[in-house]
Amino acid sequence: MTAPILLSDLPLGTSAAVVGVEIEGPVGRRLRDLGFRPHARVVCRRRAPLGDPRVYEIAGSQICLRRREASGVRVRPTPVAM
Amino acid sequence: MSEAALPIRLGLVGSPNSGKTTLFNALTGLRAKVGNYPGVTVERREGEAVVGGRRLRVIDLPGTYSLDPVSPDEAVVRRVLQGDIAGVAPPDGLIVTADACTLERSLVLVAQVLQLGIPTCLVLTMTDELRARGGEIDERLLADALGIPVIGVVGHRGIGIGRLKTLLPEPSAWDRPVLLPPTDEDERNAWLASVLDRVLLHRPGRSTRTEAVDRIVLHPVLGTLLFATVMVFFFQLIFAWATPAMDAISGAVTSLGGVVRSTLPPGLLADFLADGMIAGVGAVVIFLPQILLLFTMLYVLEDIGYMARAAFVVDRVMGRIGLEGRAFVALLSSYACAVPGIMAARTVPSPRQRLVTILVAPLMTCSARLPVYALLIAAFVPATPVLGPIGLQGLTLLGLYLLGAGSALVAAGVLNRTVLRGEAMPFYMELPPYRVPPVRLVVSQVWGAASAFLRRAGTIILTASVVLWTLLTFPQADPPPDTPPEATAAYRLKHSAAGTLGHAIEPLIAPLGFDWKIGVGLIASMAAREVIVSTLAQIYAAEQDDDVSLREAIRTDRRPDTGELVFTPPTVASLLVFFVFALQCMSTLATIRRETNSWRWPAFAFGYLLVLAYTASFVTHRVVDAFA
Repeated sequence: MTAPILLSDLPLGTSAAVVGVEIEGPVGRRLRDLGFRPHARVVCRRRAPLGDPRVYEIAGSQICLRRREASGVRVRPTPVAM
Repeated sequence: MSEAALPIRLGLVGSPNSGKTTLFNALTGLRAKVGNYPGVTVERREGEAVVGGRRLRVIDLPGTYSLDPVSPDEAVVRRVLQGDIAGVAPPDGLIVTADACTLERSLVLVAQVLQLGIPTCLVLTMTDELRARGGEIDERLLADALGIPVIGVVGHRGIGIGRLKTLLPEPSAWDRPVLLPPTDEDERNAWLASVLDRVLLHRPGRSTRTEAVDRIVLHPVLGTLLFATVMVFFFQLIFAWATPAMDAISGAVTSLGGVVRSTLPPGLLADFLADGMIAGVGAVVIFLPQILLLFTMLYVLEDIGYMARAAFVVDRVMGRIGLEGRAFVALLSSYACAVPGIMAARTVPSPRQRLVTILVAPLMTCSARLPVYALLIAAFVPATPVLGPIGLQGLTLLGLYLLGAGSALVAAGVLNRTVLRGEAMPFYMELPPYRVPPVRLVVSQVWGAASAFLRRAGTIILTASVVLWTLLTFPQADPPPDTPPEATAAYRLKHSAAGTLGHAIEPLIAPLGFDWKIGVGLIASMAAREVIVSTLAQIYAAEQDDDVSLREAIRTDRRPDTGELVFTPPTVASLLVFFVFALQCMSTLATIRRETNSWRWPAFAFGYLLVLAYTASFVTHRVVDAFA
């Protein structure tokens, strides 16, 4: 098991399992409704030319989040297979 | 009204990109009625269909990922469904559209909708795409699991629409869930997992087409180049390629006016028809080429899936001024004309950011300012070469363009922190798979935008044109008998209501260095900024189509009392700056009124830009005066 990190720190091209959404209120609820629920698999797929925002693959769709929102999601990186 | 005559009301609920609008068109054809919900600026689209002798009214609700609203658009969905909006009865049945490729997310919405207790059916869209990506959903098992009818469709090909239609007239007979999905989040997640486990026989893979295209479109370098190319294309489209059609329209308006003048006896009626009515209608129709071209391009790119990517590429830059990527197109388009630019702001999902975009769009240097700049620069700025072929005149023009754009950015930042401050909207955006939009969908969207402009903004523009014509024409003073014929028009204008008004505001505009003639020009330029040129020509009794004579006239005009030149360097600079800021354009005001559904925002925009224009002109006048 790897240590949990913020989704915004997940390296490009790697995947992780969602631990939980830490933003309160409607924004947090919306992120969960979009699929950021515990155990869901998320992949950091792309980065905008200036580094932010980034595109995450979650629940079969590509969702673009700014650093601000992505840092409200805690994830556990999937260990890289040897 | 008899019971049978009342249509069955069906609400269409679904997330953005879920094929909701395509289904709406497939059910109702292209005859959508577009309006607004009372008290809010959210668009209300309804269409009718007749199935099995029953009238159906289909209500296309704003796209939403969830019934827990985070924006006013989404709040409207909830309020309509709960019957909370006065005068809008809750629907008799609901059709939830769900992209079959993102079933998991869509089921969250379905679970929330079922809690409302309204008969509901689920339409799985994009089932062809699901199959192409190797996915499979057992629709029968899904219907069993949810306890509601489930129908798979391919909206743009009409597959499954027939089956759906036979269902629609009797919502009360639809299967209802025996047990509602849980409301507690953890329990709902478990429910979701168990439903997916049963019905999702094969998960769809990534769309290979989307993957391949995104490797270029979202590439840090190639994607940015593509973005720049597309934006240049947008700019050319409305700046240059719309021009032939616009020239044709103004040509037609002029010749129609000519026909009226040659048919009718000269006099007020001919003047009214030619200069008031026909010119007024022309002032409305002239915007159609730009609107049609811009919106065709905008909707094609939106429906293909590119606009979300463009917004992604430019998001960081726009984020600096508190806007999101999608506002870029609106601001860029406003360089050609604020009217289509402001209308393009409707693709900005956040209502607050949409409003900020609309309020700063008039600062972008539109093409109607060019003739004014051109006249003043040609008359007063020497053509001194500065650097190679670049002269002082060109640099002045460039400076005016930059001043406009820079002010728009600053104004957006300030508005975001002051008048329109609010809780920061969460930013999230789906990058939908690339799809080829059905032509019907694009046509209905473009036509929706154009017809809304004609009906709502058009009537205001026409009315304002006639009012302006009246102000410039009445009262009709007869010039003294010894007046030379070429000075008649100037004499009449001076004694018209607008002329009186120009004199009346002279003390107010004197600190900016303007005399009453410029005042009349400013009043007339409300019709469109460039009208100040023809009005000044009329005042100076210059030959209408001769720029040289007007240039000469304003260069040598002296104040009757002091004998000083009217157009001194401080006054010219001040007038240029005034045109950078002031919202001298009734069409823009009418469009803001139409897009925000209230007179409050056009009044605000006019007010803040007038204050800005006045202050900036005043300061410019003083500064240039001190240096000159």
